[in-house]
Amino acid sequence: MKFKALLAATVVSTLASTLGAQAADLTIGFSQIGSESGWRAAETSVSKAEAKKRDITFKIADAQQKQENQIKAIRSFIAQGVDAIFLAPVVATGWDQVLKEAKESKIPVVLLDRDIDASGKDLYLTAVTSDSVHEGAVAGEWLAKTVGDKPCAVVELQGTVGASVATNRKKGFDTAIASHSNIKLVRSQTGDFTRAKGKEVMESFIKAEGGGKNICAVYAHNDDMMVGAIQAMKEAGLKPGTDVLTVSIDAVPDIFKAIAAGEANATVELTPNMAGPAFDAVVAYKDKGTVPPKWIQTESKLYTSADDPQKIYESKKGLGY
Amino acid sequence: MNRLLPVLVTTAVFLVGFIICSLQYPNFASTRVVANLLTDNAFLGIVAVGMTFVIISGGIDLSVGSVIGFTTVFLALAIERHDVPPLVAFALVLVICAAFGAAMGAAIQYFDLPPFIVTLAGLFLARGASFLMSTESIAINAPLYSDIAGYAIRLPGGGRLTIIALMMLAVFVAGGVLLHFTRFGTNVYALGGSRASTALMGVRVGATTIRIYMLSSVLAGLSGIVFTFYTSAGYSLSAVGVELDTIAAVVIGGTMLTGGYGFVFGTFVGVLIQGLIQTYITFDGSLSSWWTKIATGVLLFAFIAFQQLLVVLARRPPRRVAGVVPS
Repeated sequence: MKFKALLAATVVSTLASTLGAQAADLTIGFSQIGSESGWRAAETSVSKAEAKKRDITFKIADAQQKQENQIKAIRSFIAQGVDAIFLAPVVATGWDQVLKEAKESKIPVVLLDRDIDASGKDLYLTAVTSDSVHEGAVAGEWLAKTVGDKPCAVVELQGTVGASVATNRKKGFDTAIASHSNIKLVRSQTGDFTRAKGKEVMESFIKAEGGGKNICAVYAHNDDMMVGAIQAMKEAGLKPGTDVLTVSIDAVPDIFKAIAAGEANATVELTPNMAGPAFDAVVAYKDKGTVPPKWIQTESKLYTSADDPQKIYESKKGLGY
Repeated sequence: MNRLLPVLVTTAVFLVGFIICSLQYPNFASTRVVANLLTDNAFLGIVAVGMTFVIISGGIDLSVGSVIGFTTVFLALAIERHDVPPLVAFALVLVICAAFGAAMGAAIQYFDLPPFIVTLAGLFLARGASFLMSTESIAINAPLYSDIAGYAIRLPGGGRLTIIALMMLAVFVAGGVLLHFTRFGTNVYALGGSRASTALMGVRVGATTIRIYMLSSVLAGLSGIVFTFYTSAGYSLSAVGVELDTIAAVVIGGTMLTGGYGFVFGTFVGVLIQGLIQTYITFDGSLSSWWTKIATGVLLFAFIAFQQLLVVLARRPPRRVAGVVPS
């Protein structure tokens, strides 16, 4: 039952059509960073399910956030003679030597979720990552489409100051709404990617905007802050989801619960399924020698109340978020 | 015979473990895996040699992991940001480490403080200092680094005996000679037996203590240098908790935590056993990597219990032979 739920959760269904039985007999090692966040735990469980779907023998080494453990794991995968290695690098530097060894042994390496320094560019086959600028843009476009020509004052909950994800998600959103003069970003402050901080900042926004009557939409750089902001709006007597539009990024289970309850409007998914496209790239490379592009961008899919949020919540809640 | 028993048991455990792994995974018994064991655990091995001296002398050094972290950040900053030639930077950092170790040794000796507390302070100091210098991971791109990282003696079967593996082996040999064949080594054992009687024998206890902690910190610094070869980067979060892995390796290697007893060779096998567990878990691929810690814990407990048993057996008075009247 659980496995079926996992299958349902692998939302990049467009890629599912490329599956085939030819992937059998492949052994792939995955050096995972650890399980520091719910998203990463979900990535690990989705990767396992994707491997099972393709009959690939999948070996996971959890590095407990340590680069030395990741290097050890890669070396050990080389010694085992695996067919390919997936790596979610904990830091961007220091991979050249071990990746050279993999290359010498003719084992392709695929980076998942994060990139490494430019010096290692020719040492890996491809990198499967999300484009966080694009994520922000998808959120902005949804808002522009939803409000149409009506004037709309937006407040923004930013991620941790200086984090590249936060900078990029802001940039994408700003660009998307720039051509719509009716949409104005009135306030923007950091909520540190946390629920508690998101709620606190939203409370101050509501006070500053005359009880929140002027706020037409909230944009949060992640769902956790939005969950906090929804709480703040409800406590202030506002109706999030109807009076105030919400759009955030990540697509964690809790935001689907809020969408199902009509308290949130939209979320952009940072898919935990980085391994699926990576498997497909490796299979094509092994079978037909197809060299994939250096960067495979994962889909940043938009979810609203039209996507059966309750069902998505059910399928996602078991993934470890 | 009795003296060697713990080391022999450790070695037997390692060999049996290796054979079991090899039977289960055909690719396990290869020069690649053996060479990887040496390369991947080089930094742990080097620092464990110093820890062996400290523990035999009846002390403990909790600062080594932080000293490794400090060294990596210091080297990365010196080489990359201040254009210090790598060899000069190595010499500099080893001098700093030696001074750091000497200061800890002096505090233990002259203020009569427990080594646990002094080196715990050292742990915080060194880790704090590395965070102060930089919180990000800094890549080291000096040509010397790529030369050293790229060079290896190719073994038949694809194994690569790297420079850092050879460095670790050299440190083990040198450490063995220093501990087992010099007066300094004899003094280390004597200190672990009893500080008071060592002093009465005319050994300069203060100087020996300071040298022991200096040695430990210098080897931690060397281990930090090796660590930068390993990752080609300096990072303030590197080698967090390595002091505990090191102590575990030394104790599994048959050295008594109470001091006075142990061999450098045992520590070598202790390091390899930890590497073996980790390699096994990666080969398996479905076990959580945290099993490494659990297996290490179980082994540690078993070895401490075993040592205690030996102590009890040794203390038991010889049984009287029946029919002989005690004189």
